[in-house]
Amino acid sequence: MIKGKFIDNLPKVYGIYTGGFLVFIILMAIAEQAGMSAKLIGIFFVAFTVLIYALIGWLSRTLQVDAYYVAGRQVPTVFNGMATAADWMSGASFVAMAGGIYFKGYGYMALLVGWTGGYVLVASLLAPYLRKFGCYTVPDFIGTRYGGNLARFSAVIVLTVASFTYVTAQINATGTIASVALDIPFGIAVYVGLASILMCSMLGGMRAVTWTQVAQYIVLIIAYLLPVFWISSKLGAGFFPHFMLADEVARIAELEGQFGFVKNSAADLATVPKGLAGITKAHSSVNATPWAFISLAVCMMAGTASLPHVMMRYFTTPSVRTARRSVGWSLFFIFLLYSSAPMLATLSKLSLIDPTLPTGIIGKTIAEVQAIDWYQNWNQANLMFISDFNGNGTLELNEFFMGGKAVVLATPEIAGLPYVISGLVAAGGMAAAMSTADGLVLAISNALSHDIYYKIINPKAETAKRLIVARVLLVLIGFAGATIAALEIQGILGSVIWAFDFAMSGLFFPLVLGVWWKRANAPGAVAGMLLGLISGTAYLIWVRSGGSGFLGITQLTFGIVGAAVSLVSMIVVSLITAAPDAATQKMVDDVRVPSGKTVLAQK
Amino acid sequence: MSKQEQHWEKTRNLLFITLAIWFVFSIGIFLFGAEMQESSIRPFGYPLTYWFTCQGSLAIFVILIFWFAGRQEKIDDEFGFSEREGDK
Repeated sequence: MIKGKFIDNLPKVYGIYTGGFLVFIILMAIAEQAGMSAKLIGIFFVAFTVLIYALIGWLSRTLQVDAYYVAGRQVPTVFNGMATAADWMSGASFVAMAGGIYFKGYGYMALLVGWTGGYVLVASLLAPYLRKFGCYTVPDFIGTRYGGNLARFSAVIVLTVASFTYVTAQINATGTIASVALDIPFGIAVYVGLASILMCSMLGGMRAVTWTQVAQYIVLIIAYLLPVFWISSKLGAGFFPHFMLADEVARIAELEGQFGFVKNSAADLATVPKGLAGITKAHSSVNATPWAFISLAVCMMAGTASLPHVMMRYFTTPSVRTARRSVGWSLFFIFLLYSSAPMLATLSKLSLIDPTLPTGIIGKTIAEVQAIDWYQNWNQANLMFISDFNGNGTLELNEFFMGGKAVVLATPEIAGLPYVISGLVAAGGMAAAMSTADGLVLAISNALSHDIYYKIINPKAETAKRLIVARVLLVLIGFAGATIAALEIQGILGSVIWAFDFAMSGLFFPLVLGVWWKRANAPGAVAGMLLGLISGTAYLIWVRSGGSGFLGITQLTFGIVGAAVSLVSMIVVSLITAAPDAATQKMVDDVRVPSGKTVLAQK
Repeated sequence: MSKQEQHWEKTRNLLFITLAIWFVFSIGIFLFGAEMQESSIRPFGYPLTYWFTCQGSLAIFVILIFWFAGRQEKIDDEFGFSEREGDK
């Protein structure tokens, strides 16, 4: 079923799939009217979609190295764009981003600019050249371009540190959603999430991950956009929120002026459950210094261009030309969700704080708010909290606290949408977290199986053995990630941002200069990777343990330190050691020309 | 200059133009975030800086990548370096 012909029939196959999913949503809506319980709807949504992904994963099983590592290099431009978008948009993008914008406004929106602007770097500096190279993994490029096992090994280290930081956050997110939707304890839900992730990737590697990611993108984008458009119409804000919310943004600013941002005392704040926050920053005004905004955006952009799970998606296209265009499509599909997140934040905030709206709670009496159904539900889930600090019996803006996730998860319910939408949102969040986790787990296990096992330890291993090793590593890494996720050491969003900083510290310049600077050599690259990663990590530890930092670089932007050290050490070490040999220089020349065989195929 | 060197020079120039546009909309304008916010230019009625962070810059990046891909394909065609059937 999934051979040659499948590729030709992609639009039809996914068209039917999308139609089927919409029919499923309608059936669930009818079932809700007929009296199906909210809990059962949630279970149906998550279980049904996860089963579909598992089915796709099973149908895409393969015994070929090319299919396992790079999906046979035949994924068409637009579909690779969708798969990359799902690969890219994690649980953090889906569940946490609108919440971040809701609480922090402008300063947080640097992430929107950074997580999209990075694709310009991917398209112009790296993706087409790495595709021409014809490698299976990112360390494969580093190892062959610079030569030597040390360079290859260093790249694997950086890749593992960055991707592993990222993947624990994603497994954590799948666990959170599975535990809410299926009503099971988090410690067990994490392993349910892991099992779903492994089902999608274990049998078919990159090929299976590609086709499940396309399916996951379709679910997550429907789940994100449908509520945004619906809530906007329901509030009377306009049928196309992206172009029509100016009045609402202005109204929020007016209300903020009217209420003022009252600062709570430390003693009062101590009574608020951990992880919840109040609105303390203006919604649309410029509330961060240019440097704070730009430094965060720069880190996210450079990190985007260094994260291996994204880069390896462009190894799967049929040609260099399609790799380039595919980056454009990826960003287009990401743009659909990212441009909607601020709109959701606006709608969510307005419907909560505007006293003239029926859903508004600010200005109501405390007792009234406590009697609202959705408040009780989300308060029980530890995502909402109110407290009458000033004792006047009325809820003020500074007395209302919410968890970041609640903006996406709870807004449909607050706005009075049927529960079927909340079930859909849970399925979307699950899709977002699973697709990213799949890409990351595969990136790590491919690097370990291909670069460490096959290239360094046992170059004579036959195909069957290589693929068994790859799968065993996949399961082991998944379990390691889930075990750490179950400990709940850090929040989802913080560790995602760290992953970008780690990747940027160690890999950005060695990758870019590998294509754009012929003189770069192996000692330089090794110095760049290791010193970059070490200095970035050292800075992070220093700031975390109370260090003051310098130049306003925080624990979220430590990649700037790492990347700067990486660049300088790479240039200095390259220049004081011998230039790369003629064969390597010829290889770089070949990479720069799209036509002809891939560089690795010529060897 | 060999054909390949000429091709690379054009490719590099395209890169510089692309990165310059990228720089303006990802970094340059945000140096003046506070000033732009007060501007009387209000796309769709949104304050200018707010609009750029949530739609403007993002949309420009999408268009920029497609424009870049088109230009690079022209350069490759010009020097006969485009991929042909059978290149793999």
